[in-house]
Amino acid sequence: MTNGRIHSIESFGTVDGPGVRYVVFVQGCPMRCAYCHNPDTWDMGGGTEMSPQEIMDGMLKNIGFYKDGGLTVTGGEPLMQVDFLIDLFTLAKAQGIHTTIDTSGIAYRPDNMVFKEKLDKLLTVTDLIMLDIKHINPEKHLELVQQPNDGILAFAEYIDNKGVDIWIRHVVVPGWTDDDQYLDELGYFIGGLKSLKALDVLPYHTLGLPKYEKLGIEYRLKDVPAMDKGKVVEKKKVILEGLKRRRAENNA
Amino acid sequence: MSTVSRPEWEGFNAGKWQNEINVRDFIQKNYTPYDGDDSFLAGPTQATTDLWNQVLELSKKEREAGGVLDMDTKVISTITSHGPGYLDKSKETIVGFQTDKPFKRSMQPYGGIRMAEKACQDNGYTVDPEISEFFSTHRKTHNAGCFDAYTEEMRACRSSHVITGLPDAYGRGRIIGDYRRIALYGIDRLIEDKIAQKESTGKIMTDDTIRLREELSEQMVALKMMKEMAASYGCDISKPASNVQEAIQATYFGYLSAVKEQNGAAMSLGRTSTFIDCYAERDLKNGTFTEEQIQEFVDHFIMKLRLVKFARTPEYNQIFAGDPVWVTESLGGVGVDGRHMVTKSSFRYLNTLNNLGASPEPNLTVLWSTRLPQNWKAFCAKMSIKSSSIQYENDDLMRVTHGDDYAIACCVSSMRVGKEMQFFGARANLAKCMLYALNGGIDEVSKKQVGPKYRKYEGDVITYDEFMPMFEDMMEWLAATYVNTLNVIHYMHDKYCYERAQMALHDRDVRRYFATGMAGLSVVADSLSAIKYATVKPIRDEDGIIVDFETTGDFPKYGNDDDRVDSIAQELVSKFMKMIRRHHCYRDGFPTMSVLTITSNVTYGKATGNTPDGRKKGQPFAPGANPLHGRDTHGAVASLSSVSKLPFMDSQDGISNTFTIIPGALGKEDQVFAGDIEIDLSKN
Repeated sequence: MTNGRIHSIESFGTVDGPGVRYVVFVQGCPMRCAYCHNPDTWDMGGGTEMSPQEIMDGMLKNIGFYKDGGLTVTGGEPLMQVDFLIDLFTLAKAQGIHTTIDTSGIAYRPDNMVFKEKLDKLLTVTDLIMLDIKHINPEKHLELVQQPNDGILAFAEYIDNKGVDIWIRHVVVPGWTDDDQYLDELGYFIGGLKSLKALDVLPYHTLGLPKYEKLGIEYRLKDVPAMDKGKVVEKKKVILEGLKRRRAENNA
Repeated sequence: MSTVSRPEWEGFNAGKWQNEINVRDFIQKNYTPYDGDDSFLAGPTQATTDLWNQVLELSKKEREAGGVLDMDTKVISTITSHGPGYLDKSKETIVGFQTDKPFKRSMQPYGGIRMAEKACQDNGYTVDPEISEFFSTHRKTHNAGCFDAYTEEMRACRSSHVITGLPDAYGRGRIIGDYRRIALYGIDRLIEDKIAQKESTGKIMTDDTIRLREELSEQMVALKMMKEMAASYGCDISKPASNVQEAIQATYFGYLSAVKEQNGAAMSLGRTSTFIDCYAERDLKNGTFTEEQIQEFVDHFIMKLRLVKFARTPEYNQIFAGDPVWVTESLGGVGVDGRHMVTKSSFRYLNTLNNLGASPEPNLTVLWSTRLPQNWKAFCAKMSIKSSSIQYENDDLMRVTHGDDYAIACCVSSMRVGKEMQFFGARANLAKCMLYALNGGIDEVSKKQVGPKYRKYEGDVITYDEFMPMFEDMMEWLAATYVNTLNVIHYMHDKYCYERAQMALHDRDVRRYFATGMAGLSVVADSLSAIKYATVKPIRDEDGIIVDFETTGDFPKYGNDDDRVDSIAQELVSKFMKMIRRHHCYRDGFPTMSVLTITSNVTYGKATGNTPDGRKKGQPFAPGANPLHGRDTHGAVASLSSVSKLPFMDSQDGISNTFTIIPGALGKEDQVFAGDIEIDLSKN
């Protein structure tokens, strides 16, 4: 069993997958998303070490609450701790618990065979992957999160071929990720995913700001206002248009 | 015995309810469980909207006037003291106010003349000097009686707030009359029943028999006055109600009689919706009324309940965060035969939150069971999100001991309607008791000797094993003083401020719960956890009194589903209850305890010094059995799980948890995300 580095646990998660979920926030993430609302989970060395069994015991105590939900691992970047994930989800599946990974896909590299092998194993005990695509455009992506997106898009296609359910998440940040052309491209890309089950378009909010002040990290979006929720509905339509175009092409 | 039949009962299923006062039997034989959804509900009628706008206007005026619009300073409130009052007689389908006009607060001096005077003074009114004189010289009040009998120790505990919120200056409340009886049987039948009860008492005149006979006579007087009061509104409640409007009206007149004579901190309504629904179903079937009309009756009833008001002092309002009446109405639940008890009228009651808008009163309380119908659960959730006005109670837990015709008084106190009542007992401040144990009974704020002069804690580090026996000794003392103080209070309340209206709507022999309560549970649990798992050094002032603590190291905190500390909380509850049980309780009271301070936790915190868990002097306690604010770091399920471990059988008067969550954290907002999971991606 491989222990995990855990930031915190939320016993009543309602927005990270279907139903009420036991949400494990892992510690450590290589992405530096400008709008990240959990900068306290970036540091790879922080957090508390916990064993998969310990986490499972905590969840099983109140398992009745999760019968229509399940277990979600988010972070931080869960796939940075893939061995731990395999062990945790193996325990969860033995109990019949629905398992979800909320990931940026950043840990995936097409040429990393060792990781791929582990990922394949993990996918056999994973019911749903929520993939957060930060930006469809490579340059914009690099600027926004200080990491490239080629591996992430390749990850999407890889897991899609494995047939694992996928939800795509996208945060709409005014001036950064709300450009209709890119949203359309994003839609076009995800329209090619056969295992796509849902699209979750989230309005950017500023609730993470106090954490930056506390941690003494400069907040790159400090002048950006929260996204208007009404506009998000419009933006979602733009993505769906792109998605439908791709579907139509594929069906033709 | 031949079965009694009445024309008003035509169409109802027969049962023993016809021959004896037995509302539960009537309900069980006649209610129609409803499994459908909320689509049948009707919106407000024009009359409802007009009346409610009138209320909003008066509420605005009341706020502008500083919180009180009008007070009676001359007439002592009784069931018949005031003539009829209306908002707009032509539009009201359910009538009746506490005084001769809405928003005019009645004068109720029997609990205590000083409180009545102060309530007037603080709001810019003066009680008629003749009344002041009468209640100071010629007629004793409950309050005066208590102070005649209190010991010095009781007074000291009262002033230091180690026992606090005692109902010794106004009505004790928490007694629910079975107001439905008036609707089902009519007053005349109830009086006949009371006559029979009086004839059935023992012939040897012990104190108990004399008191019972006197009380039954008082109850009959109250019943006659109810009839008279109803007649002043043009309603005849001497006979049973013949339709749903009359049934609601009769039930309301019963409740109104109670609030005309008693100003208890909680004046709850009971469990009326499923009872009322038997009439509503019959009327719908017979075409007597339409859905719109029935909803209008319910809306007007609820509107009246929202307008119950008492004369209070600013201090009172501070303790209770406003001037709540706790008009608690219990909805739903499951019957002992396994059928759920949700009816269309349960929906109609909650629908008032749509038709009249959100409101904390009446305190609509859903008796929750896993076996409630899904449509009802969904409607409750929807209305909770919309109004933040619904309370939930665990019916699966309470049904075991209380059956299926109990109701909640105040926030959590359960009692069988008309068969059980409660002596309300405020609460003991366990956090302060813990500090008394450290300081040998010296109050950490006033520095006065309040508790017994036991040995002080002398070490430089507080150890769990050494401290716990000391704490338990102090808890024993507190339990004894507390129960005896309550004995005085309830004796005097029965004597000088008897609830004749509510008790007239009870059986002759009732079970009396002797309620006690504890405040500061999470403060004490975390403090003891700190003592056990971290290092707690006491800091003493120049007189050697421990006034602060230096706590180093981490410790498990209550509210995270961590058994190391949750077990401490469980033990505290069980231990204190065991201590309470050791003492004589007035009138064969059955001792119970609650962990339920919903708003007064702020006041209790104010009166309590620094505690070992790191809480600072004056900082609020958590409400009820809640974890301390911010200490539950693992989310709602873990937090609720800690609370749910508290033993109900040792806290039978209820355990409360105040739960606040932003709607966004309950799932995706439907406007933005509706259908996000269901988008059919297979279609173009």
